[in-house]
Amino acid sequence: MADTITLEIARYSPERDPEPHFQSFQVPVHKEWVVLDALNHIKDTEDGSLSYRWSCRMGICGSCGMMVNGEPKLTCATFLSDYAKHGSKIRVEPLRYFPVVRDLVTELSEFLAKLKKVKPWLIHPNQPPLAQGEFLQTPAQVDRYKQYSMCINCTLCYAACPVVGLDPIFVGPAALALAQRYNMDSRDQGSDDRIAVLAHPDGIWGCTFVGECTRVCPKHVDPAGAIQQYKLTAVLEWIKSFVMPKGADAK
Amino acid sequence: MQKQSNEAFFWVLFSAGGVVAALLIPVQLFLFGIAFPLGWLQAPTYDHLMSLVRMPLVRLYLFVLCSLSLFHWAHRFRYTLYDGLRVKHLNEVIFTLCYGGAVLGTILAGYLLWTIA
Amino acid sequence: MTTESTTRSYHYSEFHPRWYRPRVSVYWWLWQRHYLKFILREISSVFVAGFVVMTLFQLAALKGGPQAYADFVNSLASPIVIGLNVIAFLFVMFHTITWFNLAPSAMPVRLGGKRLPAFLVAAPSYVLWVAISVFVSWLILQ
Repeated sequence: MADTITLEIARYSPERDPEPHFQSFQVPVHKEWVVLDALNHIKDTEDGSLSYRWSCRMGICGSCGMMVNGEPKLTCATFLSDYAKHGSKIRVEPLRYFPVVRDLVTELSEFLAKLKKVKPWLIHPNQPPLAQGEFLQTPAQVDRYKQYSMCINCTLCYAACPVVGLDPIFVGPAALALAQRYNMDSRDQGSDDRIAVLAHPDGIWGCTFVGECTRVCPKHVDPAGAIQQYKLTAVLEWIKSFVMPKGADAK
Repeated sequence: MQKQSNEAFFWVLFSAGGVVAALLIPVQLFLFGIAFPLGWLQAPTYDHLMSLVRMPLVRLYLFVLCSLSLFHWAHRFRYTLYDGLRVKHLNEVIFTLCYGGAVLGTILAGYLLWTIA
Repeated sequence: MTTESTTRSYHYSEFHPRWYRPRVSVYWWLWQRHYLKFILREISSVFVAGFVVMTLFQLAALKGGPQAYADFVNSLASPIVIGLNVIAFLFVMFHTITWFNLAPSAMPVRLGGKRLPAFLVAAPSYVLWVAISVFVSWLILQ
């Protein structure tokens, strides 16, 4: 394994640059170093202006997502040695399909708006009084939605999904999986409230099951699976809306 | 309940067509398109095929196969044009060409199978 | 977005510095192996439709009588057509395999509280496919 490796990092400063360009840095290769360590090393010793997001450095906060050699990755979980082995350079760019604020920092307000759009909270209009006790859930009931609750909002799936890139209004994998997390929760009664956003050309029907989102997800949430399952649910709801119209002017 | 889009209907057609195409097309394509022309297997006679095609169940099978497979194509191709060529602004034109083609093919298949014997 | 000259001016939109918005190339699907695989899977639908067209010609030929059908069979025997059908067959098989392998994602099957692994849910589809293929072959080859 080599002693040092070259990192080609995308730099963009709105004050100076019309568009991003690459800057190369040499970084020592330590056995346990990840790309995030390399970025911190560069920022400490070579160029303090390098800008990027990171926090927990252990794969749970979702802040450090970037494109590493064209693949969306959590940089705190991507080892330098995997690239040094093959003598290749490491190309670090901001996550694809998001506007770039500066260097490796992406603009996430659209993403946050999409999360909010699917009403990601327990909707329970007739909540029993607290005195009656807490909600009880069996392990089987938890199992129905647990996988979708593991999302850390790292947006790697948005960087992987071509539909997100081609159609910026597409609600996207994480938001749709989050909606399913609530739809499948036995404590929630809000499925009807979410249908209009989900069963919409910019919701699940925009998804063509490319499957990249599931492949890159570091938490194995399987958003593609969540979306396909909701397609089946949406079909049933659509049929129901003809056979048993539930009071068309309600809500 | 709030109104949801009618995409669900087209997606069901696409899915049904996908299942039918996956299960039924390979063997028929292999036999008539490859094995018989290359002489790997003895090709069936005209009379044998006609006797098969006269059976109502066979005609129904072929009709379902042709129709659903075309609707499967229509849906998938429509989205491929949107994504691959990024021509979403031609929405209505693409929709009409794809599903229109599927409907025409279905009518043609129906006519041929109804009048074949 | 207009490219302004980069002299000493700061480039601000109404409330923030100018974000860089990369354009997605029309050839987005060529540069990544997984995207290419996806597009090839989608293109298989064209060969599915192609098979239907071939079948419609076959039915029309059957309807037209023994000579018409013999002409149809001859046209299928040309090397170009056979080549096309081989390619079509490969694409249709690609459709079949990807379809069976992906279907379990849409239909989680739970047995005794645990979710069955995908290949177990996909296996019956393959078995059914083989069974149908054998039956149809038998019908045609008799």
